[in-house]
Amino acid sequence: MKAFTALFTAIEQTTKTNAKIEALVQYFATAPAPDVLWCIAILTGKTPKRTVKTAELKAWAAEQAGLPFWLFEESYHIVGDLAETITLCLPEPLATSNYSLTDTIQFLHNLAALSEADKKQQVTGRWSELQATERFVFNKLITGNFRMGVSRQLVIKALARFYDREENEIAHRLMGQWQPQETTLPALLSGAGTTDRSYQPYPFFLAYQLDMEPEMLGNIADWQVEDKFDGIRGQIIVRDGQLFVWSRGEELLTDKFPEFAPLAGLLPDGTVLDGEIIPWRDGQPLPFALMQTRISRKAITRKALQDAPLVMVCYDLLEEHGTDIRNKPLRERRHALAALLQQLPEPVPLILSPELFCTGWEEVRQARLGSRSRNCEGLMLKRKDSVYETGRRRGNWWKWKVDPFTIDGVLIYAQQGHGRRANLLTDYTFAVWDGDVLVPFTKAYSGLTDKELLEVDNWIKRHTLEKFGPVRSVQPVLVFELAFEGINLSSRHKSGVALRFPRITRWRRDKPASEANTKQDLLDLIAMGNL
Amino acid sequence: MLRFDAKGIYCEQAGLYIDPWQPVDKALITHAHADHARPGSKAYLCHHDSVAILKLRLGADIRVEGVGYGEVFTVNGVRISLHPAGHIIGSAQIRLEYKGEVWVVSGDYKLQADGVSVPFEPLRCHHFITESTFGLPVYKFPQPAAVHEAINTWWRDNAAAGINSVIIGYALGKAQRILAHLDPDAGPVYTHGAVDNIHTLLAAQGLVLPPARRVTPDMQKKDIQGAMIIAPPSAIGTSWMNRFAPFSLGICSGWMQLRGTRRRRSADRGFILSDHADWDQLNEAVKATGAEHVYVTHGYKPVYARWLREAYGLDAAEVETLYDSGQEDVVPGAAGPGDQDLNPEL
Ligand SMILES: [Zn+2]
Ligand SMILES: [Zn+2]
Repeated sequence: MKAFTALFTAIEQTTKTNAKIEALVQYFATAPAPDVLWCIAILTGKTPKRTVKTAELKAWAAEQAGLPFWLFEESYHIVGDLAETITLCLPEPLATSNYSLTDTIQFLHNLAALSEADKKQQVTGRWSELQATERFVFNKLITGNFRMGVSRQLVIKALARFYDREENEIAHRLMGQWQPQETTLPALLSGAGTTDRSYQPYPFFLAYQLDMEPEMLGNIADWQVEDKFDGIRGQIIVRDGQLFVWSRGEELLTDKFPEFAPLAGLLPDGTVLDGEIIPWRDGQPLPFALMQTRISRKAITRKALQDAPLVMVCYDLLEEHGTDIRNKPLRERRHALAALLQQLPEPVPLILSPELFCTGWEEVRQARLGSRSRNCEGLMLKRKDSVYETGRRRGNWWKWKVDPFTIDGVLIYAQQGHGRRANLLTDYTFAVWDGDVLVPFTKAYSGLTDKELLEVDNWIKRHTLEKFGPVRSVQPVLVFELAFEGINLSSRHKSGVALRFPRITRWRRDKPASEANTKQDLLDLIAMGNL
Repeated sequence: MLRFDAKGIYCEQAGLYIDPWQPVDKALITHAHADHARPGSKAYLCHHDSVAILKLRLGADIRVEGVGYGEVFTVNGVRISLHPAGHIIGSAQIRLEYKGEVWVVSGDYKLQADGVSVPFEPLRCHHFITESTFGLPVYKFPQPAAVHEAINTWWRDNAAAGINSVIIGYALGKAQRILAHLDPDAGPVYTHGAVDNIHTLLAAQGLVLPPARRVTPDMQKKDIQGAMIIAPPSAIGTSWMNRFAPFSLGICSGWMQLRGTRRRRSADRGFILSDHADWDQLNEAVKATGAEHVYVTHGYKPVYARWLREAYGLDAAEVETLYDSGQEDVVPGAAGPGDQDLNPEL
């Protein structure tokens, strides 16, 4: 744990990418192989399963620190991070220790089988023999949300540098559901036994939001324009007669989508499709909300299958007859994709993503404005000669989402933020007018600069009407512009509406509260047939 | 004897206010930070070492008188004296005694010795008004010696890598403390104008600080190499600071105890160095007064007051003061309420 903690510290003490990569390389060079394997797993999001409950950890930590439980809770509220709160509250360690990362993971794993009393003895025992930062790392592992300030891409870069490999190759090896306890470092990196990892998806190619006029992209004839569907980006893989469905979040979702099961026998061996999984009926997408309901269900009922029948809108063909064709130009891949889909018997849950034929960028602009009415969130612009890259890249692919909805709301409640905003009133509730009454309709976070946050915090302290516990009601004066991606009727919300991804975009200092939007404005947005 | 009203902490018997946030006739000032020393009062009284800074901040024409630590003066029967608070140079606790009842107003304080200000002196009293800036058990500050060593190591490593070190601390208090503990052999030290102004003032009243050069517009980039530059928080992200590139940015503050605040400032290093009392120091100080009545001001007031009631059976209550709100309130994480930038534009 000392070496791993040193790595953690080195990474935390720099904001520079290169220094982070160097720290990783240093760790790969010096740590024992099993620790390196675990390090890779943890940094790419494969944290060990939680074996202790939050409530237990809190109670044990408060007891060991000699604090009343309420005070521990208050501290946690301010710090915003349980692992850190525990670390800071506990008394100085009584002893030192030297467990390896692998030992520690094993220790956490073994806890699962213990009684609560034994768990407590084990965990508090560890606490009293770990120094501050090591204790923090240990707590992060035990609470199962370890993050180190390095992206997956950075880990890939460091591995590629240390082992002298192509980044793409490393990225590919790290895909999928490999488990550190079931493999070894050489096996993982060599790709030995690739055949039994035939379920592996390719790293996804992701686009940035277009941040310039489309004319800057050059000749429209070089670009393929498609709708940007709002579903689950995924890959459908058929290899050795077996079907695998992966989400972009690298979740294996094969069982969630029984619609795709027949494809195992229909698609040729060695096929990988990239596309959007989305509920679809009568030639067009259904609202995303239907998909969410469907995904959140554990068991898939016949009714769910009928309510939200899924298809994949296919964007791309990455593997054809077992050959990786990602380096062919999009034009050719699209051609192969169309040919492949055409030869399949009807009906199949696969649809070729329609190309929007535009003769000029002005037409593209118009198409984008119409996105919402097609239940889409914007357009995709792809250079026709582009290869399929990995990760999020600029240049050859762009997404061009429609502008979010905005509404002006009045600040009516505030409470303290969490974590980095602890101690500042940054958690706001907004209202719109319903006649001459203000009705709360959403919370929204972030979007203001530190300076504005401070100013609003100050204002709130001076204009508080009442305090209910941590919540203050304030004079209805300040107006903020809120942006969101979608709006729906909702019976779970008091106001009757639910927003998707609400966030503060602007402080409308120019607007008095009386000019904020109304509840009717919200209902109108819904009525417009938007998502 | 004391009460909290709309203008500040008021002593009716003596007819004066302590650290008033609105103009009054007579103001007793614990220390020269902006949230404690506000403009507009007719007469001020503070420790000798605060006089010049008060004039610099509130105007050369204010009526201000200085007294020494432990000097007792009597106003309408109230015996008043100032005692070291260990917060910054010139900072004082104010002790008031009337008919056998003793009150102490702590102002801001810390128990750790900082090598610059006169160390905190525990006082026995019946009523104690304490700050609680870091009144949560998560705030346990490391030994200052270890922090200063870490700062010096960081500086030497940076210098070896050919980059400058810019360290952020408040111009009054933190900057002197940082400077006093820098390794004199590690390289040249520079100061921001706001810091240098304070240093010039303090030097004039006899404080001896290690040498440091004020950064001036005519300085060439090539002259500043492997250097340590001490600057106030307002310098962060300015073109003034960018002239030192390439540099590593370090911030000194008690708020650096929390990872969230360290990361948020996107500093390369956060050094936990505070002029306030941490959790253990607060408890030690409160217990040492022997006071049965404790009034908790700026910081985690309700939490700390409840703790004092439950853990020590004291009659403790939070009081609304404006020390922790209003324009002097600083971004938690930058430095926190109580620490002051002190007119960096000076
Ligand atoms: Zn203060
Ligand atoms: Zn102060």
